[in-house]
Amino acid sequence: MEAVAFFAGAIGALGGAIAVVGLRNPFYSVLALVVHLVSLAGLFLLLHAEFVAAAQVVVYAGAVMVLYVFVAAYVGGIQEPVWEPIPGQRLLAPLLGGALFIELSIAVLGSSLRALGDEGPTIPAGFGSPEQIGTVLLERFLIGFEAASMLLLLAAVGAVVLAGRKREGEEAASEEATS
Amino acid sequence: MSATTYAWLVLLFPLGGSIVIALGYRTWSGRTAGWIGTGAIALSFVNAIAAFVQLQGEPAKARHLTSTLWDYANAAGLDIKLGILVDPLSVFMILVVSGVSMLIHLYSVGYMGSDRGYTRFFSYLNFFVFSMLLLVLAGNFVLLIVGWAFVGFASYALISFWYRRATATGAGMKAFVINVVGDVGLVFAAILIFRELGTFDYLEVFDRAPGGFHTNEWTIVAICLLILVGAFAKSAQLPLHTWLPDAMEGPTPVSALIHAATMVTAGVYLIARTHPLFELAPTAADIAAFTGLATLLVAGSIALVVTDLKRIIAYSTMSQIGYMVVGVSIGAYSAGLFHLMTHAFFKALLFMAAGSVIAAMANRQDIDRMSGFGRAMTFTSVMLIIGSLALAGFPFTSGFFSKDAILSYASTRGGMYEIFTVLGYVGALMTAIYSFRIVFRVVAGEPCSEAEELAETGHVVHAEPENPATGDVEDTDVGFPGPEHHIAEQAPTMRMAMGALAVLALIGGVLQIPGVDDAITKFLEPTFEDSALAAIQPSVGDEWRDLTIGGAIAVVGIFMAYLLYVARPASTAVLVRRLRPLHTFLVNKWYFDELIDVAIVRPALAVGSFCNRVFERLVVQGLVAGTVDVVRGAGGVVRTAQSGFVRSYALLLIGGFTGLGLYFLLSSS
Amino acid sequence: MAVEWYLVLSALLFAVGAGGVLIRRSPLVILLCLELMLNAGNLALVAFSRMLGNADGQVFALVVMVVAACEVVVGLGLIVAIYRRRLPLNVDELRGLRG
Repeated sequence: MEAVAFFAGAIGALGGAIAVVGLRNPFYSVLALVVHLVSLAGLFLLLHAEFVAAAQVVVYAGAVMVLYVFVAAYVGGIQEPVWEPIPGQRLLAPLLGGALFIELSIAVLGSSLRALGDEGPTIPAGFGSPEQIGTVLLERFLIGFEAASMLLLLAAVGAVVLAGRKREGEEAASEEATS
Repeated sequence: MSATTYAWLVLLFPLGGSIVIALGYRTWSGRTAGWIGTGAIALSFVNAIAAFVQLQGEPAKARHLTSTLWDYANAAGLDIKLGILVDPLSVFMILVVSGVSMLIHLYSVGYMGSDRGYTRFFSYLNFFVFSMLLLVLAGNFVLLIVGWAFVGFASYALISFWYRRATATGAGMKAFVINVVGDVGLVFAAILIFRELGTFDYLEVFDRAPGGFHTNEWTIVAICLLILVGAFAKSAQLPLHTWLPDAMEGPTPVSALIHAATMVTAGVYLIARTHPLFELAPTAADIAAFTGLATLLVAGSIALVVTDLKRIIAYSTMSQIGYMVVGVSIGAYSAGLFHLMTHAFFKALLFMAAGSVIAAMANRQDIDRMSGFGRAMTFTSVMLIIGSLALAGFPFTSGFFSKDAILSYASTRGGMYEIFTVLGYVGALMTAIYSFRIVFRVVAGEPCSEAEELAETGHVVHAEPENPATGDVEDTDVGFPGPEHHIAEQAPTMRMAMGALAVLALIGGVLQIPGVDDAITKFLEPTFEDSALAAIQPSVGDEWRDLTIGGAIAVVGIFMAYLLYVARPASTAVLVRRLRPLHTFLVNKWYFDELIDVAIVRPALAVGSFCNRVFERLVVQGLVAGTVDVVRGAGGVVRTAQSGFVRSYALLLIGGFTGLGLYFLLSSS
Repeated sequence: MAVEWYLVLSALLFAVGAGGVLIRRSPLVILLCLELMLNAGNLALVAFSRMLGNADGQVFALVVMVVAACEVVVGLGLIVAIYRRRLPLNVDELRGLRG
């Protein structure tokens, strides 16, 4: 039963990933990514990480993807030209990706990590629940927690600055820059 | 105070004078600089006399006093001190140098009066006197070379004194380059001496020399030949003589001081000083003597035909120094040095008189245009006659006693050296002829226009300033001669100096009359007591015989000059026509300049040009530019990675990461 | 399922994301591929957390999500700014930093 769930999640994730890379229309890519994220959330559930799965769906697939959807709609699709200006890129990219996969697999499978090959230790009840995550977050990783919130603040301010409305002088200057 | 202290003071005053004049360059007005300079040399002369008196107070055996101011270099076997040697030879030289320099400074106060570079002149002149004194007082070879080089510089500075004249600067450079050739020879000689004997100090070298060398061993001959290179360059002997006639571009006092009385005698002093080495290498000494003889004859022959007044006197100097070189090379040390002294007197006097005549001619120096100054410039004419009498060796002048003493010694030594006596007399005949050529041309005959104007109005004739050699127009500002020309009759300082020298030229001979006294020989004896050659002395009778022959030749020469230039003036033109090839050869100074040009100057220029065109461009530039090109090319290749494409950067990133992973995978398996 | 399956899946997703970054030209899609890679990392982290019985991995994954969110915000802000200035939204044409 678990295997079926795993393969379902895996196929969804992989399919979504390939669709993101392969589809021409960026809007479709965004939707494919949503599928991918939801599949991953399912896999997280299989790994007893309930809170992370919930966060994935609510934050990632919910808020972040909505951002993507907005921008994709605003920007619209671009016509990616057929011709590749960088010599060898089309050839090397899949090659390197494959090489990367093979290496990582070898590293994983060939390593002498104990617990590979089995499911892992029996976990206590409440593992991965919000209470446990919250306790660990606020007790052991408090500094990281605070730093992350600082980072969020920075990002928000940065975004406002980057995309905010310009004043009169700057508008004229940017007009000159682009003309 | 001891003799050495006085000797240091002798050195101090001219140096101090030079520095003081130079530092106050803008403050000295009028003739102040001239009086400061003259005063400094006068003080130096007084101290030289004091040193002389003190030295004579020492017992004869102990008259080699050394004094060191400062240990200059003391390492690895080298022991070079700033030290002087006060012995009869050096005291003799400083007396002559400071005495004659004092009189020439006095003369220059008047002569250079209206030159815009007056102050600079006296600073240079004082520095020259300091350098010359340093040269003769030096107690080791290193300090000698220092003084030698300073003198060369001072000579250059003074020859090119009128620096805006192209001929003057060219002559200065020529003199300096030839002097440097001599310097190199001297330096090599010093190095060889150090290598063989282990010291630079005179007294120690002369002590160790007889033990260190066999007679005529090739090392000592080489050392002496290298010393000769230095001596000949400084004393203008063949083949390094071509700079002296051109050095007449300098002002007349410079010619009088440097190129008659002092600098050119430095070579003679050097040979006399290093006589122990030359006596160990008779081959080198003979080479020196024969070179001196050749110079004597060649210079005398040229002096018979050239027409520039100062150049005649210059060739005469070259010839007389030839006599001195012969003298000190064959062993007639006291005779040679005696001639050095008397020559300083009458040659300086001749140059001074010539300066007065040239001033009267508004700076023109061609004797073919001069005549009949006897009435207009009586004083100058008398001085000219006195100087020429002494030069020719007229009986009982100083030159009579000194020049023929050398020839007498030569005949006493006998054998091969008889040649020197015979050819020396031939040279004496030429000397008499050309010296009175000057006198009869300038003094006798119908007064030329300049002389007439001077006699009538009492003013020196005024003419457009121009270069006497090329005729180029000049002005009278700094770098060229001044606007006014001073003749002796109108300048008291000039008369004082010339008068003093005239007296010395006439009576200077009393110091060494054969059979009566031999003051010079006695005085110099402590220096030359170790010499076998100096012990050979001609007998009194022999000497008087040789002196008489010399006097007779002088009179004959004067009479011949009278015939050629006064009684039958047309005969010179006839002679020139009949002997045209010989005349051309002599007028072109035996083509020495052309020879040096072809043999040395052109090849050097060719080498330089080759280096510039080929070596510099291909090798050096090629190397440098090539390196630049390689670096730039490499940079260009590397720069293609900075394409600006984000995706290629990402590719490199992931590719690198993959590679790294591969490396770790492989290394851990 | 054994943990290694999840890890291999994570490696595969990462490789696909990397390939996507290299191939696509629109900055928007490149950001999406970047998300793929980040999520692959998350999956690996959670798998390891399960393997070790330790919740630290899950906390790490949460922080990675925070970082990804911030990065997306800034990246999308950049894209919007580029679009506003009428520059072509093509990574190959935005090459002002070439040497």
